[in-house]
Amino acid sequence: MDLLLNLAIWLPLAGAVLIAVLPGNADRSARWIAAVISGVALLLALALAWGYDPNAGVASPLGLTSVPWIPQLGIGYVVGLDGLSLPMFVLNALLVFLAVLISWNTTLRPREYFALVLALETAVAGVFSALDFILFFLFWELELAPMFLLIGIWGGARREYAAMKFILYTVAGSAFMLLGIFILYLASPAHTFDMLQLGSQRLAPAVQSLIWILLFIGFAVKVPIFPLHTWLPDAHTEAPTAISVLLAGVLLKMGAYGILRANFTLLPDATHQFALLLGILAVINIVYGALVAMVQGDLKRVIANSSISHMGYVLLGASSLTAIGIQGAVFQMFTHGTITGLLFIMVGLIYDRTHTRAIADLGGLAARMPKIAAIFIVAALASLGLPGLSGFVSEFLVFLGSFPVWGVQTILGVFTIVLTAGYMLWVVERVLFGPERPEWAHLGDATGREMFAVGVLVAVIVLIGVFPAVLGNVVIAGTTPIALRY
Amino acid sequence: MDTNLSLIAPEIALGVAGALIILLDAFVPGGLSRNVILALAVVGIIVSAALALPLAGLNSFAFSGAIAVDTYAVFFKLLFLSATLLVLLASTSLLDSVARFRAEFVGLLLLATVALMLLAAAHELITLYVALEMSSLSTAFLAAWNRNDGRSVEAGLKYFLLSAMSSAVLLYGLALLYGLAGSTRLDTIGLAVANTPNAGLFLAMALVLAGFGFKVSAVPFQMWTPDVYEGAPTAVTAYLSVASKAAGFAALVRVLTTALPAAQADWAVLIAGLAAATMTVGNVVALVQSNIKRMLAYSSIAQAGYVLVGIAASSPRGYSAVLFYLLAYTATNLAAFLTVVAIIRLIGSERIADFRGLRQRSPWLAFALAVSLLSLAGLPPFAGFFSKLYVFSAAVQSGLIWLVLLGVLNSAISLYYYAQVIHDMYMVPPEGGGIAPLTVSHAVSLAVAVAGVLLLGVLSGAVLRFDDLAALALAR
Repeated sequence: MDLLLNLAIWLPLAGAVLIAVLPGNADRSARWIAAVISGVALLLALALAWGYDPNAGVASPLGLTSVPWIPQLGIGYVVGLDGLSLPMFVLNALLVFLAVLISWNTTLRPREYFALVLALETAVAGVFSALDFILFFLFWELELAPMFLLIGIWGGARREYAAMKFILYTVAGSAFMLLGIFILYLASPAHTFDMLQLGSQRLAPAVQSLIWILLFIGFAVKVPIFPLHTWLPDAHTEAPTAISVLLAGVLLKMGAYGILRANFTLLPDATHQFALLLGILAVINIVYGALVAMVQGDLKRVIANSSISHMGYVLLGASSLTAIGIQGAVFQMFTHGTITGLLFIMVGLIYDRTHTRAIADLGGLAARMPKIAAIFIVAALASLGLPGLSGFVSEFLVFLGSFPVWGVQTILGVFTIVLTAGYMLWVVERVLFGPERPEWAHLGDATGREMFAVGVLVAVIVLIGVFPAVLGNVVIAGTTPIALRY
Repeated sequence: MDTNLSLIAPEIALGVAGALIILLDAFVPGGLSRNVILALAVVGIIVSAALALPLAGLNSFAFSGAIAVDTYAVFFKLLFLSATLLVLLASTSLLDSVARFRAEFVGLLLLATVALMLLAAAHELITLYVALEMSSLSTAFLAAWNRNDGRSVEAGLKYFLLSAMSSAVLLYGLALLYGLAGSTRLDTIGLAVANTPNAGLFLAMALVLAGFGFKVSAVPFQMWTPDVYEGAPTAVTAYLSVASKAAGFAALVRVLTTALPAAQADWAVLIAGLAAATMTVGNVVALVQSNIKRMLAYSSIAQAGYVLVGIAASSPRGYSAVLFYLLAYTATNLAAFLTVVAIIRLIGSERIADFRGLRQRSPWLAFALAVSLLSLAGLPPFAGFFSKLYVFSAAVQSGLIWLVLLGVLNSAISLYYYAQVIHDMYMVPPEGGGIAPLTVSHAVSLAVAVAGVLLLGVLSGAVLRFDDLAALALAR
């Protein structure tokens, strides 16, 4: 298993190097290499998931590889997957593969594009599998340069501004994170960066609080948590479709994953202390994101702001510190990745055809592109939590877990679903229905390749909606050790 | 008196090579050709390095304690030799443009390196001072090499005058030290002043710090840096920014740890203050630069600030981190400057705005510059990430949490101006056609520097073993 895991992490980077050094005019082979490599990486991730044993226990992560790397500082190459990271790892592999498929016709500098997407996959896979805190931080920062270039070169009109904002926000946040990691290392009796060892100790509460805040700032930028969120609407809106999918699908999850993996697992007393703060920030995210999404005139900005709102549910579930709430948080991380990924793809498909994202310019598209319209509606319904689709499962778990602890917050969160339904259905109505417009009369529907990509996501959304146990056993195994600390 | 010449054989070999090049060129009819000069210099550097290597692990002195022969000195000698080699290989075009004096250029470069090697090994005040003066004089000549370019002449003169002034300050400090201790040997001074912490010692330490502060361009002694870096031929700037700066740090750390351990509590505080000012001023002023050489000058000021963070930690872990930092910084800054040498020659402009679309015009140069800038900014997997990691971790261990917080925030700020250049190169359409390829030797030296940036960090476990040994040599 450790061979499979390491292959799944590093194969994409090898593919990126291969694409970069291919001789001659290799634009067409680049996308094939990217598709094959990311496809194999997805199969490897699925094989890992297949071999996962929910009863394995925290001490023996899947595919654990532990090699001393920089022994002078106690830094090791330690990777492994548990129930918390495995869903994210698979999600990353899945979304990157789909991202390659939906950017098949990239004509601007395709070699660099696909090479950077593959490099990004390695970085994110590394974040989700690293069990050494410095290694985690290394992968965390490794993701920046590819994303900076992907937004800045292939993005929309204000791409350069959005790319710079993205990278500066993240780096400023991770500056605090690095300091927190150092203090954690010094404060721990074992003087180690190994998260498994760090998790088996309990520091003094005051030290925990300091480290908690430093780490939290780094993660909060990524989630993003109000008021550190302002990079997100710009980055998501300006990024090309496939990159928006990855940003919303997996990069935001890095922040929430970090909070669960580091703050919740390593610093339980401080987490207790800050739970109320987290619960309040969660509700602000939920309500604020939804309200802002309602007034957007740009289709992509609606989805981007809905991400802020939906990541709030992750925080709400986690802040309850109950087993069910934390399960709901992880569920929501996975389902939000698939649902928002699907929504961004649908917006991208519409934009590819109409070359506009202004809601006011669109209308009556359902008549011209019934397939796109149907799937858009499925995604919108999943996003607002319709029973039978995966969004319902995760939101239900979040509310079930958080209501006994945070009554008011949960009630506010539940009622925000009405707002979500409001802006989602309003968008559906204005974009897909209404009178047909002559300028869109010549447009065609989704192609087979596009239908395949979105079909996979729809299948996952429906599967988890009607049979949550496929994900549930893994998530329960991953979150129980965290919940047991509270 | 111990006159075992094999202990200073590396310096002798390199000095002979430098002198030989200048003399042969004068006496051979028609002078030496460029390639002969380069070949002689390369042989000299390799022989010198081969003679230096066996000295690692020794822990002794030459010339009655004037010269230290230890792993610490060997580390720096190899560092200077590698930097000199890479700079030489990349200055072929510069040599062609000043055909009349190219033997003198190469000879002086080698002699400057001899001075730096002596500086890293100096274990006695007079030797230290002579080595420092010798290096300053030769580099001032090198900086003024483009004698038809007013900026270059100004750079040479400025460097000469200001370094003379800072030498005077340093000399005052050294004289005070001698007065307090009655000896010029560093370890004897350390023992003599061990139990007499007084105002005189503090003054001597502060003056020594100010003198070296000039050499490493620490704020507030950095004023000369942007002008000299901008005016000097770019290859010389590269040399100044890595070898000369690293030698300043080498001597500074040796003096502080060997002669002034009694004042450690004081100098650690002063250096922490210098580090804070140097990082912040360097990074903030770099934000508004439009000339690539000036931008890199302020960036190298900021980098000196990070090195000072490691010294402020004042622990073996900190000194080891400083050594790794200087090694990684040498590779990174050389990669940056050697790329800039090529770009400036090929596009004929030093303005960052003219780097637009460089990726289309010359993908490999753009890649090399992007990699080195990201490394300077401290992003993984490049060497700069690891060097900052080590320096900051050592400082946190010594309780300098405020300084590390300032350092990591400075890194975040610095990313803006580094990323701005990458933005110009990669995200803006080009304004000119393709550009001519590099000479082979330039390409080789650039490739070595970039390989250093890519590999040093990942392999730093092994490098740090050597650094730890070198840092331990200070504490004998």
